Amino acid sequence: MTAAPGYAPSRTLPLRVEIVRQFKRRRTLVMFGLLLALPWILVIAFQFGPQPSGDGPGLRMADLATESGLNFAAFALSVSASFLLVVAVALFCGDTVAGEASWSSLRYLLAAPVPRDRLLRQKLIVALGYSAAAVICLPLMALLAGTLAFGWDDIQVPGTGETIPAVDVLPRFAIVIGYALVSQLVVAALAFLISTVTDSPLGAVGGAVGLWIVCTILQAVEALGVLREFLPTFWNTAWFDALMPELDWSGMAKGASISITYAALLIAVAFRRFRRKDVVS
Amino acid sequence: MKRTAALVAVLALLGVTGWLVWPSEPEVRGQAQHITVYDGPADDQRVDLDVTYFPPQGGGKAPVVLLAHGFGGNKRSVRAEAVHLVREGYAVLTWSARGFGGSTGEIALNSPDYEVKDVKQLIDWLAKRPEVLLDAAGDPRVGIAGASYGGAIALLTAAHDPRVDAIVPQITWSDLSDALFPDAAGGGPEDGVFKRMWAGIFFGQGGATQSLEALTREPRPMTAEQARCGRFLPEICEIYQQVAQTGEATPEAVELLRASSPVHVAGRIKAPTLLIQGQRDSLFPLDHADQNARAIAAAGTPVSVTWYDGGHDGGDGEADWLREQTLAWFDRHLKGEDAAVPGAFTITRDGGRDPGTRQRIRLHPEADDYPGLGGTDVTTVTLNGPEQHVVNPPGGSPAAVSTVPGVSGLLGGQGAPSVSIDMPGQSAFFESEPLTAPLQLTGSPSVRVRVYGEGEVTLFAKLFDVPDALQPPTLPAGLVAPFRVTIPEGADSAEATVTLPAVDHRFDTGHRLRLVVSTTDMAYATPAQPAAYRIALAAPALSVPTVASLAAPPSGIAWWVWAMPLAAVVAAAVLLATGRTGARRASGPPAGDAPPLEISGLTKAYRNGELAVDDLSFRVERGQVLGLLGPNGAGKTTTMRMMLGLIQPDAGEIRVFGEPVTPGAPVLSRLGAFVEGPGFLPHLSGRDNLELYWAATGRPAADAHFEEALEIAGLGKALERAVRTYSQGMRQRLAIAQAMLGLPDLLVLDEPANGLDPPQIREMREVLKRYARDGRTVIVSSHLLAEVEQTCTDVVVMHRGKLVTTGPVSVLLSSAAAANGHGTRLEDVFLDLIGENV
Repeated sequence: MTAAPGYAPSRTLPLRVEIVRQFKRRRTLVMFGLLLALPWILVIAFQFGPQPSGDGPGLRMADLATESGLNFAAFALSVSASFLLVVAVALFCGDTVAGEASWSSLRYLLAAPVPRDRLLRQKLIVALGYSAAAVICLPLMALLAGTLAFGWDDIQVPGTGETIPAVDVLPRFAIVIGYALVSQLVVAALAFLISTVTDSPLGAVGGAVGLWIVCTILQAVEALGVLREFLPTFWNTAWFDALMPELDWSGMAKGASISITYAALLIAVAFRRFRRKDVVS
Repeated sequence: MKRTAALVAVLALLGVTGWLVWPSEPEVRGQAQHITVYDGPADDQRVDLDVTYFPPQGGGKAPVVLLAHGFGGNKRSVRAEAVHLVREGYAVLTWSARGFGGSTGEIALNSPDYEVKDVKQLIDWLAKRPEVLLDAAGDPRVGIAGASYGGAIALLTAAHDPRVDAIVPQITWSDLSDALFPDAAGGGPEDGVFKRMWAGIFFGQGGATQSLEALTREPRPMTAEQARCGRFLPEICEIYQQVAQTGEATPEAVELLRASSPVHVAGRIKAPTLLIQGQRDSLFPLDHADQNARAIAAAGTPVSVTWYDGGHDGGDGEADWLREQTLAWFDRHLKGEDAAVPGAFTITRDGGRDPGTRQRIRLHPEADDYPGLGGTDVTTVTLNGPEQHVVNPPGGSPAAVSTVPGVSGLLGGQGAPSVSIDMPGQSAFFESEPLTAPLQLTGSPSVRVRVYGEGEVTLFAKLFDVPDALQPPTLPAGLVAPFRVTIPEGADSAEATVTLPAVDHRFDTGHRLRLVVSTTDMAYATPAQPAAYRIALAAPALSVPTVASLAAPPSGIAWWVWAMPLAAVVAAAVLLATGRTGARRASGPPAGDAPPLEISGLTKAYRNGELAVDDLSFRVERGQVLGLLGPNGAGKTTTMRMMLGLIQPDAGEIRVFGEPVTPGAPVLSRLGAFVEGPGFLPHLSGRDNLELYWAATGRPAADAHFEEALEIAGLGKALERAVRTYSQGMRQRLAIAQAMLGLPDLLVLDEPANGLDPPQIREMREVLKRYARDGRTVIVSSHLLAEVEQTCTDVVVMHRGKLVTTGPVSVLLSSAAAANGHGTRLEDVFLDLIGENV
């Protein structure tokens, strides 16, 4: 008799259990609350803010936000993708292991025992699930809020002012959200890696966001030339291409490629380190 | 970690230092001076040309490039280009043409008798410079580059002076009379439609000197002649005044403009020519480069044609790319270097947006042969539309707007679709069916129209790209083709073949082609007489030239896009496969009666090398309540962590029920633990915590024995509150309850009495004793020696990581009593053992 009756490594820490463990946390609820409220805050800001004066509406994304629900959703995504969603994803993925370590509950899970690889796998799946839900819920809520506030209309392309019929753009919108998900994979993997190294959840979230900011800054250094293309942040806005009259995959393909590359390596390193790690928290 | 940081810091320091001490490029200095030349039909007119000579850098002899400025400019307009070429190892001469800037003389529109003679004498002057490379005595190695007015002088000088070795004329004309009096029906300039807005700007610039000087200089009263003609040669001024009034070309005007036109002498050009023409140019459209190219190529001279995104109407300008092309051309033909020169035909095309920078990408597809404006293939598009009535409004106003010269460039910005406004009642429309495949037009489409009316009819043809109902139609490059049809006496109509403006434009699938024929255009002079016409297609076929060989290089997905993630996934798999902690299998099958815990040779060092646990060995038998004793830092907790597989030992082995302990070893499921304080999710209630913990073990809920565990915790109603509201003692009890969930065969408790009050401690004692009585085993670490004495059957005493002694409590006490001769307490024994009972 090597194990207790009824114990099987493959049955430990079921996803359902991990989802419940994470869901009731205040930070999860606050983050989702914020993401779901943001579109409404933006709607209010657009409704009551002073109307742009002078030479009529421009063709920037912000100017077109009130044209239709789709435009508004695109705008909401564009303003939140660069930071808010990054923070959300970093929070869900960075807190997942480091949070347990800080509560000291990690050692009891490992002694239960939940095999280390399995613990990471289950936690990664749930963290990615929450991150995906965050990335998806914001544009969907923005679409709902924008449609209620500004009506259901064709989308107007920023820059050129061309219009694409709403029916054609809905599948494109799915592409946009899909790409946003893939591009946040780097943040998720990075936060997850730091999460397995440190015992401080804030350190993991802050570390991932901090590195992200450094990448964004480096990206502005034109002297780096083609090297910038390999920064994880460089293709962040490639999803604009999906809303252009001509759907262009090349940028999104590059961005997805970079994102998956970094994510695969970072996650592999996370697993490898955690297997050998001495858990002293 | 520290080493990485240090490495990053050192690299950053090196980078900054390198950047600071990197030699900056030497400053380029030019020598400003005046060169006196004599020109005119009899070579008797003295002109002082204001020039700046830039000797080559670095000594030695170098080829020289003459940089000519555009109309209205002066030698300073091309200074940036000059500096660039000097840095690349050329000598450069810039000059203000006669009538411009600081030069004297009057504008003669690049006449062979005036400006061309001036430049020939500049070449003579250059031939005497010691730094200039010579092909022969008096024959320097010389190239000429310039845009617009400066491009024409490059062509004309090369035609009249065989010493010129290479030229790069940009956005210039082939026939100035054609440029100002175009006729897309092939009627020639005598019958052409006056391009009045451009002509006005063109001549106006020569009149009023538009430079900073002019703004800052004290305004001086002009003489009547100056006010009328500015710095133009009087005969040119005279002729312009005449044609601008009537809007019709006089024979003298045509003759004068032709004299300044390269196309008629281009056959004499022997210098390899790179013709750069703008795709957004309503003044000198692409067909001017086409005529020049054909005339030069006919003489067997190498010629390349480039259509770039720019021109007199704006566009991007592509300054850097043009510089590269110009430099490559001179490097090849002046220095004889093996530079990658542009192919026979190069086009700038829109490559969409760079997803990273959001900037427009420009592609530069090339063809090995210059196909001309007729393309390599012709696609016929069928246009539909009935015969339509149009009127010419009295006075020609309001007029349709296609391009506003000199303003479109400013208004339209980069890549913005051209604004085009047609006046109702003035236009006839003929439209194709939506395209079933994309159509890349490269060249001049043509169409046959029939015009009903009488006399001379002035019309404008435009080819629109009509996307769909939602987006406005666009007029590629904003170009229109003006044409005149003369309806013979007695006939009610006449046919004309209209050659539409040469453009490079992609019509996408689903788009329509729309031919618009209108009676007015703001940029052109139109008859003031009101008239009504009918316009119909003579044939429904629109011939659209295409150049298949120009297909842009396939911008397929870069190899790394798929290779990199694949490689990363493989690398990740390798990382994971090699990083597997080898499950150390037991040397033999565990005996059925293996002890609950057997530790042998266990050693663990702290990071600083100090040993936390040093060669520890002991054994715990079934049914024992074992006390693990030792002062702070003895290694008790570290040992317990190793029992749970949380820390990997450096040496030695722990076996639980005969199974070696590794991280996550299944045998740990028979072990319940409470180590170094409780660990709960603070936002969940005590009950939820226990239930979720048990769910996380994946074992059946029935095995948990929740009620027994909760009884031990004794939390009552507090069980439903969030753990964060608990006191230390409550958490402690909950944690011990969690350790007992499932009634494990081996229970490991680290300082269980901490935070408990005396009644609870007493209760705990009973619980543990009872627990061991059922054949289970308990290991308790504590510093409360009296506690251990009352609870435990056996003890293990540790000090500084080492085992001091082990054995039943009773034996320990009795042996100590025997040694001392009096009764003793565990406390005294313990202090004796660790050598501190002085």
